[in-house]
Amino acid sequence: MALDAASPSAAPPAIELRGISKAFGPVQANRNISIRVMPGTIHGIIGENGAGKSTLMSILYGFYHADSGEILIDGRPTRIPDSQAAIRAGIGMVFQHFKLVENFTVLENIVLGAEDSGLLRPSLARARRELRQLAKEYELDVDPDATIEEIGVGMQQRVEILKALYRKADILILDEPTGVLTPAEADHLFRILGNLKAQGKTIVLITHKLREIMAITDNVSVMRRGEMVATVRTADTNPQQLAELMVGRKVLLRVDKAPATPGAPVLEVENLRVVDAKKVERLKGVSFTVRAGEILGIAGVAGNGQSELLEVLGGMMRATGSVRLKGRPLDLSGREDARDRREVGIGHVPEDRQSEGLVLDYTAWENMALGYHHRDAFANGPFIDRPAIMKNTIDKMQRFDVRPPDPMLLAKSFSGGNQQKIVVAREIESGPDLLLVGQPTRGVDIGAIEFIHKQIVALRDQGKAILLVSVELDEILSLSDRIAVMFDGRIMGERIASETNAGELGLLMAGVTGEAA
Amino acid sequence: MDWNTVLLLLDSTIRTATPLLLACLAGLFSERAGIFDIGLEGKMLVSAFLAAGFAYVTGSVWLGLLAGIAGSLLLSAIHGAASITFRGNQLISGVAINFLASGLTVVVSQSWFGEGGRTPQLGDGGRFGEVVLPGAIRLSEMTIREQRELPLLTRFYSDVLSGHSILTYIALLAVPLSWWVLYRTRFGLRLRAVGENPAAVDTAGISVRRLRYSAVAIAGVLCAIAGAQLSTAEPAAGFIRDMTAGRGYIALAALIFAKWRPWPALGACMLFGFFQALETRPDIFVRLFDLRVPSALLSAMPYILTVIILAGFVGRAIPPRAGGEPYVKER
Repeated sequence: MALDAASPSAAPPAIELRGISKAFGPVQANRNISIRVMPGTIHGIIGENGAGKSTLMSILYGFYHADSGEILIDGRPTRIPDSQAAIRAGIGMVFQHFKLVENFTVLENIVLGAEDSGLLRPSLARARRELRQLAKEYELDVDPDATIEEIGVGMQQRVEILKALYRKADILILDEPTGVLTPAEADHLFRILGNLKAQGKTIVLITHKLREIMAITDNVSVMRRGEMVATVRTADTNPQQLAELMVGRKVLLRVDKAPATPGAPVLEVENLRVVDAKKVERLKGVSFTVRAGEILGIAGVAGNGQSELLEVLGGMMRATGSVRLKGRPLDLSGREDARDRREVGIGHVPEDRQSEGLVLDYTAWENMALGYHHRDAFANGPFIDRPAIMKNTIDKMQRFDVRPPDPMLLAKSFSGGNQQKIVVAREIESGPDLLLVGQPTRGVDIGAIEFIHKQIVALRDQGKAILLVSVELDEILSLSDRIAVMFDGRIMGERIASETNAGELGLLMAGVTGEAA
Repeated sequence: MDWNTVLLLLDSTIRTATPLLLACLAGLFSERAGIFDIGLEGKMLVSAFLAAGFAYVTGSVWLGLLAGIAGSLLLSAIHGAASITFRGNQLISGVAINFLASGLTVVVSQSWFGEGGRTPQLGDGGRFGEVVLPGAIRLSEMTIREQRELPLLTRFYSDVLSGHSILTYIALLAVPLSWWVLYRTRFGLRLRAVGENPAAVDTAGISVRRLRYSAVAIAGVLCAIAGAQLSTAEPAAGFIRDMTAGRGYIALAALIFAKWRPWPALGACMLFGFFQALETRPDIFVRLFDLRVPSALLSAMPYILTVIILAGFVGRAIPPRAGGEPYVKER
């Protein structure tokens, strides 16, 4: 279904790629990719992690060189050997991880690399004037003299966009721009993008969120395993069709689950407070309860205390207040560590699987036993029972569909989704009464998301309690039975999942309480 | 204690602070660009040897300095290749350079001059003389009594500020110059950026590698001047083995103490230079406090102060964020 996105006018495409291929060693990241992006449109590129979206855009921005193929900008063949050439060709890029100097001011960041002369003063003065102009034109207000570390992520993203505009970019590429934004900030971003489009700028939006594609793009291209599988007009498609194109098979977008049948309270948290090393209060009196057989989702923008909450419950951080597991109080003073928590029946799928969930340089079988290696099933006295762990690992790898199912492979050689399946398998199979789950599907492809969600629901249906922390609102909404929203170290409100919606939660995530909304 | 002692102490503070200050600024440029430089010591040593050796052979102290700069730059290039191009460990590369310098200078000077690892005594054309600042009075031509009758400010100017080698004045001028370059020029903005977040520099279309090599080269030149001061500026008269005696490390301590900023670097180096000057005058403590202070304690002072700073007692010292890490483009 190579439906061509027809152009409204005779103008040449702003970007045309012809037959781009790029391999990293044996991995073919991009295979014979052709795409046409019409000027003055918002063009979405969607695909799973590892589908080759970022590689393709990096080629366009001069970070990588294509092995073969052609790039045309405004109809003219253009060579882009480095970022400087991309900037000259009018291409601006807003990366997923911002490329800003934290202790520089906004102004300095904007000027960096685009200075007028050897001396800074005139460049800074000109940037200040143009910034005022751009702010007016596009709703891009920032304080030019604030340092980057002082401003929030939404603001930082605006600085990135301003950087591109200051360099006279006509084509703006945004890589997963809403990952770090609240729904309100995302809406503001979309308004800005709308303004830019109205001024004739061309925008390429790379994302894995179907909702965003449907909301603001004119055309959408779908990538799968390094290939461009389709380009369609957004108006002519729907999320279900796009998801199937991305994955290459039928997928279930909604989590299929029966209503919860909550039992007795398993986890009771009361007035939990955490003050971090910098004397900043991260949790300001958090209270909630998770019952057996239910999933409590904690929604919120990253950095509002969710990570600290998981670390306290997982035995990695001290706190004050009271936490009871099945009626028995947990020690929060730091005397009990992560192993003690596992022993009383708390499983933990940490937020950052690469640094906290796995040892990347260990094999799959070693990782499968990690944290439980001292248990009788895995050990003979002080010695590790390797055959037992090996057998257990092979079994788990099969049941949790870890690919490739090779217990000798190093953890770092697995894809993000399969790494996560290893962690999830280990924690679920340890038989916890309470499972802490942080960002279970961050950097995980749709197929694996579906599988991991099923496993979590299955655990719930066995009558276990689950505390789910995720910054993906869609995930929270579809997986949770009840939802608590965190903002600035507090719970802003609790809702029944089936009785709320993204709009209501979005307000709570921004710190607006029910009465004010 | 009379004023004379104080003035003498301050005079030798400035002299001993000179190589520290130059090496500290060298480290500042390098580390602000994200390249740790343990090898300040080695670069100074090689330059000290080459400056003295060439000054002796050619009879020109300036040709000596040039040779010192060439040698120091060569070591900078090695450090740059190891840590920028080949993304090696910067600390290991720096330590290797120090060992290399310590051994090579002795071996080569023995083979050239046969004087047991030192260079022959330098005559007058072969070393940097004292520069008398305009308006300064030649105190050496006066009796102590006549000196005492001069106003204190005049004596301070003539005795403490005047009468150092040209290299000392270069070092002092290098402070405002470094500040200006770092904070008022395009090059400085980019240099500071590359030490904080090289990815930001790279995506702005600027070469991370070129910036870092320039910073390492600047460090090389500054270290070379520091080395030349040690071996060829009066009252020094030649190279002796391991004559840098840990000054490279004290300079690094001063750099941390100064939190990687030029003006505080001047203050830190003067303070550390003062301790080194005190080391040579244990009699002062005896006279002042009737206290015998072990000189080992004085020579350890810079490190003790640095540990206190690092422990966060006097404000936090936050190093450049990308320091020590080779830049690899992310996929």
